[in-house]
Amino acid sequence: MADKPRVAVHKFSSCDGCQLAFLNMGDTLLDLAERVDIIHFAEAGPVAEDARVDIAFIEGSVVTAHDQQRIRTIRDNSEYLITIGACATSGGIQALKNLALDAEHWPAQIYGQPEYIDSLEQSAAIADYVRVDFELWGCPINSNQVIELVNSLLRGVSPKDNQDKVCMSCKQQQVVCTLVTEGKPCLGPVTRTGCGALCPQFGRDCFGCYGPAENTNVTGLSRRFSGLGLLPDEIQRRFQLIHPTRYIQTTSDTREAGEHE
Amino acid sequence: MSKRNLKLTVPILARVEGEGAMDLEIRDSRIEKLQLRIYEPPRFFEKFLEGRAWHEIPDIVARICGICPVAYQVSAVNAFESIFGIEPDLWIQKMRRLIYLGEWIESHALHIHLLALPDFFGYESGIAMAKDYPAEVRRGLKLQNLGNEIMRVIGARSVHPVAIRVGGLHKAPDEHRLEQLQSLLEEALPEAEAMCEWLATVNIPDDPQQFHCVALRNNGYGVESGELISSTGLQLQPEQYEQHFTEFHQPQSTALWSHMDGAPYLVGPLARLNMNTATLPETMQPLLQKFADRFPSNNMFDSMLARGIEICFALREAITILNQYTAPAQSYVDVEPCAGHGYGWSEAPRGLLWHHYETDHQGIIRQARLVPPTSQNQARIEEDLHCSLTRFGLDNSDDEIRLHCEKVIRNYDPCISCATHFLKLNTVRH
Repeated sequence: MADKPRVAVHKFSSCDGCQLAFLNMGDTLLDLAERVDIIHFAEAGPVAEDARVDIAFIEGSVVTAHDQQRIRTIRDNSEYLITIGACATSGGIQALKNLALDAEHWPAQIYGQPEYIDSLEQSAAIADYVRVDFELWGCPINSNQVIELVNSLLRGVSPKDNQDKVCMSCKQQQVVCTLVTEGKPCLGPVTRTGCGALCPQFGRDCFGCYGPAENTNVTGLSRRFSGLGLLPDEIQRRFQLIHPTRYIQTTSDTREAGEHE
Repeated sequence: MSKRNLKLTVPILARVEGEGAMDLEIRDSRIEKLQLRIYEPPRFFEKFLEGRAWHEIPDIVARICGICPVAYQVSAVNAFESIFGIEPDLWIQKMRRLIYLGEWIESHALHIHLLALPDFFGYESGIAMAKDYPAEVRRGLKLQNLGNEIMRVIGARSVHPVAIRVGGLHKAPDEHRLEQLQSLLEEALPEAEAMCEWLATVNIPDDPQQFHCVALRNNGYGVESGELISSTGLQLQPEQYEQHFTEFHQPQSTALWSHMDGAPYLVGPLARLNMNTATLPETMQPLLQKFADRFPSNNMFDSMLARGIEICFALREAITILNQYTAPAQSYVDVEPCAGHGYGWSEAPRGLLWHHYETDHQGIIRQARLVPPTSQNQARIEEDLHCSLTRFGLDNSDDEIRLHCEKVIRNYDPCISCATHFLKLNTVRH
């Protein structure tokens, strides 16, 4: 990689919250701008959508025919392509429409003139269309994830993909288990760490912002939820939220678990 | 001088939150067509809220907007508490106000320094501007971070915080961190006031226009709740909103537009300051008197200074809340869901945010309707562009016209991700 890599930040369908991992860095943003050339980052100012870059960060999911073309062009123009956040990495919360039975009627139910709305049937992860070199999970990602990644790339080492579970963070911080002690339907046992176990520290059960961890027993956890008294549709809603489609296989197991117990 | 016809295209308007476009056609030195076109693809939140339970909604609606998640969470809990007959106690009201003030400080400081100011100093970005104005930009980023710190102390993180729930907060904040926060805010207050005085020296266009203002008021400056007041004399509760405010769909837009009694109106910092100056605390008077000749203002370019003043207000108000802080016995009340219609609103950093939910007897959402500030301001933005551009002069160069339009639009701090993002300027001069 060049001494001063060229960087782009692109937005697709999203809430803009992961771009704030850059804009909320404070002084560090100005320091970062000394170490990399920010070529395209519309929300921050520089616009050069079709420029060649060393690192492209992608926020948001692909939801229109136009997006499909844009992401292919960006891939062709970028050495490393990094997805930031739930939307880009898994399709995001708006992928709930992928699971809805009547989503084709939604535009007409909201817009007076739905024929003007360009919207694909699915909200898709970037990796569904192009090769992705690294994924930053989280809803939202935080600034440390970005800084760690840029440091790794600048030093020419592979970025570390931490797929430990939220449970590990709770144990390290001696947070009382919301599932075991309070009987709350916590997704911590199947969810990637990265947030620092924010919700359990607040006495809340994890709702899966960082997406599925590695080697998880989702089926077992849904049986446990069933044992806690959750109804099948409550279990389904629990898994289908921030990364709704990444738990789809598990959900059919969940229904079964709910019916048998 | 010959009459001007022109075609101009700017593919992406930078420094706005979201994707939109503007089409401008000039024929014989007259604006023939001027449309704000928002084409950020819809995410259909209102549809997938249906079938979800009341306790899931604050975390879902936060995802509509990374810049103002607290606004979405608070408007939603206000609506549900009205259905379930919950009156949040003073501690809950103050904690919600505090985290909300954090969001105002963060959003306003970001907008002033990274989005708006570069226009007036001729820079591409706040980052580029920081090379020549390091102290000013760094001060702004420090204030932005302080807003984030308030949200982190109350809500664990600044984007999609996790504290707010129907009936209160999931957990009371750590008292030691509140004490630290208070001293940080006290230290920053003189810097924020110096920022305002500096902002007041920025040369802005003289561009007076007639427009109506809408804001909330609640025994003071409306933030987390209140009664709606308008410069047309309305005084409304959230359930009366639909009697006067209507939404309609323009073909060029994926956002719905709003009118108040059939006409465009303004929400946001300038509308709030125009309507509510008298409700600001006594401690704000010395600062306000310095700008007494500027407010109330009918010049939208005063929005930037209005944001600065709101930062100072938010800091003072936050300090007052922290000063009087006592820990609660319990951070929330238990909720008994029931069927009904609930209406809730609050003042997002960029203006009024109204929610309406219908629940069944288990508190499952049957229907949801959300009206974000940017869709309320859209009709006003278009009206403003017409007036402002005509006054600016259509014979200016394409670059000057484009920059002027962008400045006008940025005055409203449009959050197009909310309204449904880029602004494309397509100008046709025949």
